Amino acid sequence: MKDTDFKFFEELLKRESGLIITPEKTYLLESRLLPLAQKQGIQGGLEGLVQKMRGGNASLTRAVVEAMTTNETSFFRDNTPFQKLKEDLFPAFIKSRGAQKSLRIWSAACSSGQEPYSIAMMLKEAPQFAGWRIEIVATDLSQDILAQAKAGVYSQFEVQRGLPIQMLVKYFTKQGENWEVKPDLKSMISFKEANLLTDLRHLGQFDIVFCRNVLIYFDVPTKGKVLSTIKDITKQDGVLFLGGAETVIGISDVFKPLTNVRGVYVRADSTFMAEKSPVAPAPPLSAVQK
Amino acid sequence: MNTCLIVDDSRVVRKVAQKIFEELGFTCNEAEDGKQALEACAKSMPEVILLDWNMPVMSGIEFLQELRKTAGGDAPKVVFCTTENDFAFIQKALEAGANEYIMKPFDKEIVQSKLLQIGAI
Ligand SMILES: C[S@@+](CC[C@H](N)C(=O)[O-])C[C@H]1O[C@@H](n2cnc3c(N)ncnc32)[C@H](O)[C@@H]1O
Repeated sequence: MKDTDFKFFEELLKRESGLIITPEKTYLLESRLLPLAQKQGIQGGLEGLVQKMRGGNASLTRAVVEAMTTNETSFFRDNTPFQKLKEDLFPAFIKSRGAQKSLRIWSAACSSGQEPYSIAMMLKEAPQFAGWRIEIVATDLSQDILAQAKAGVYSQFEVQRGLPIQMLVKYFTKQGENWEVKPDLKSMISFKEANLLTDLRHLGQFDIVFCRNVLIYFDVPTKGKVLSTIKDITKQDGVLFLGGAETVIGISDVFKPLTNVRGVYVRADSTFMAEKSPVAPAPPLSAVQK
Repeated sequence: MNTCLIVDDSRVVRKVAQKIFEELGFTCNEAEDGKQALEACAKSMPEVILLDWNMPVMSGIEFLQELRKTAGGDAPKVVFCTTENDFAFIQKALEAGANEYIMKPFDKEIVQSKLLQIGAI
C-alpha cells in the first residue's frame, strides 16, 4: 500500500471513529477494505478507493469506518462484571433508587447486542426490580451491527458462548437453526446509533454505564475525551464499567476506581453510596505513569 | 485432579472431547453407552460427565435419570453434548437434572465457557 494511502486511512479512521491504526496493521486495511472496494465496483484496489473518497464521500466514509470496527463480543463477557453488577451494584441502586423505582442503563458500544441483552436478563432475574421503570439504551457507531443487535437473532455458536442454558430456554425462542431473543426482553432495550466522539447529552443521564472493550482501540487523548463525554451523562452517584484491559488511571481524572469492586469506576465527585464511603481517593494524575 | 467421564458412542467424539478436557486439566474416563457409564460411576464418581443423547443400549437421558437416583449420583455436574438441539430436548435434559447443555458441533471455547458457567473449572 502506498504511504499516502495509509496516511489517508489513518487520519480518516482516527477522526471518524477514534480507531488507531498502526503500519503493522496494514494487512487489516487490506483484508477488510479490498472486499469493500470490490463490492462498490471500485477499480484499482485501495488506491482507487482513496481516490474516490478524496474530496469527501459520506456513504463511502461510513462504509470504511464500519468495515474497520471490531465487533467481537459474547453474552456475559468475562462474567465477573455481571456478577459484580448483581452482587454489589444492584443492592446499592435498589437502596438509592428505592423511592423513584427507576433506573437508566447505557451500553455504550453494544456491538451485536449480547451486552445489553445480558444486562436485561440480569435485571429480569432480580425480583426486587419488579414494577420498576427500567430503560436500557444500547448504542454503537455501526448501523450494520445495530441492525443485528435489534434483530436479536443469534447462531447456535453465539448462544453457547457465555450464556447459561437455563437463560437460553427462558429468554430465547428457536427459529430454524438460530435463536431469537423474546419480545419482552427486547422491549427493555432501545437501540440507537451514537458515536462516542460526539456530544451525547441528548441520551440523557444514566445510573449505570457499560463502556467495555472499545477504549482499547483509541489513543490516550481520545480515551480521555470519551471518558469526559461519558462523565457528562453519568449521574453523580452513577457507576461505569470498563473492559478487562481498560482503566482510567493515567488517562483521566474525571473517574476514579471504586476500591472494593475492581473494574468499576465512579465520578471523581461521586456520591455513590457516600454514607459508606467505599471509594478510594483519586490518585493524583502526576503520580501515575502516563 | 478434576475427573471427567466422557459418554459417547462415537470414538472420534470421545477422542476430541478427551483432548479438550485434558487441556483444561481433567483426567478422563470413557464410556460407550449409558450402561457402561453407570458402571463407571459405581466404581468412582467423576466430577463432570459429558453426555451424548443417542446411544445404543442406554441413552443419555435414561442414564441421567438413573444416575440422579443412585447414592452420590447428585454430585457430578452433567453436561449434555448432543446434536439434539430442539427446545423440547433441552427442557427435558434440564428437568432430568442436567447442569449444562452443549449443542454439537462444539469446540474448546464452548466447553470451557460451559464449565466456567457451572463452576467446574
Ligand atoms: C469489541 S466491540 C465491544 C462490544 C461489547 N461492549 C463487549 O465488551 O463485548 C467494540 C464496538 O465498539 C464500536 N465502536 C468503535 N468505535 C466507536 C465509536 N467511536 N463510537 C461508538 N462505538 C464505537 C464498534 O462498532 C464495536 O461494535
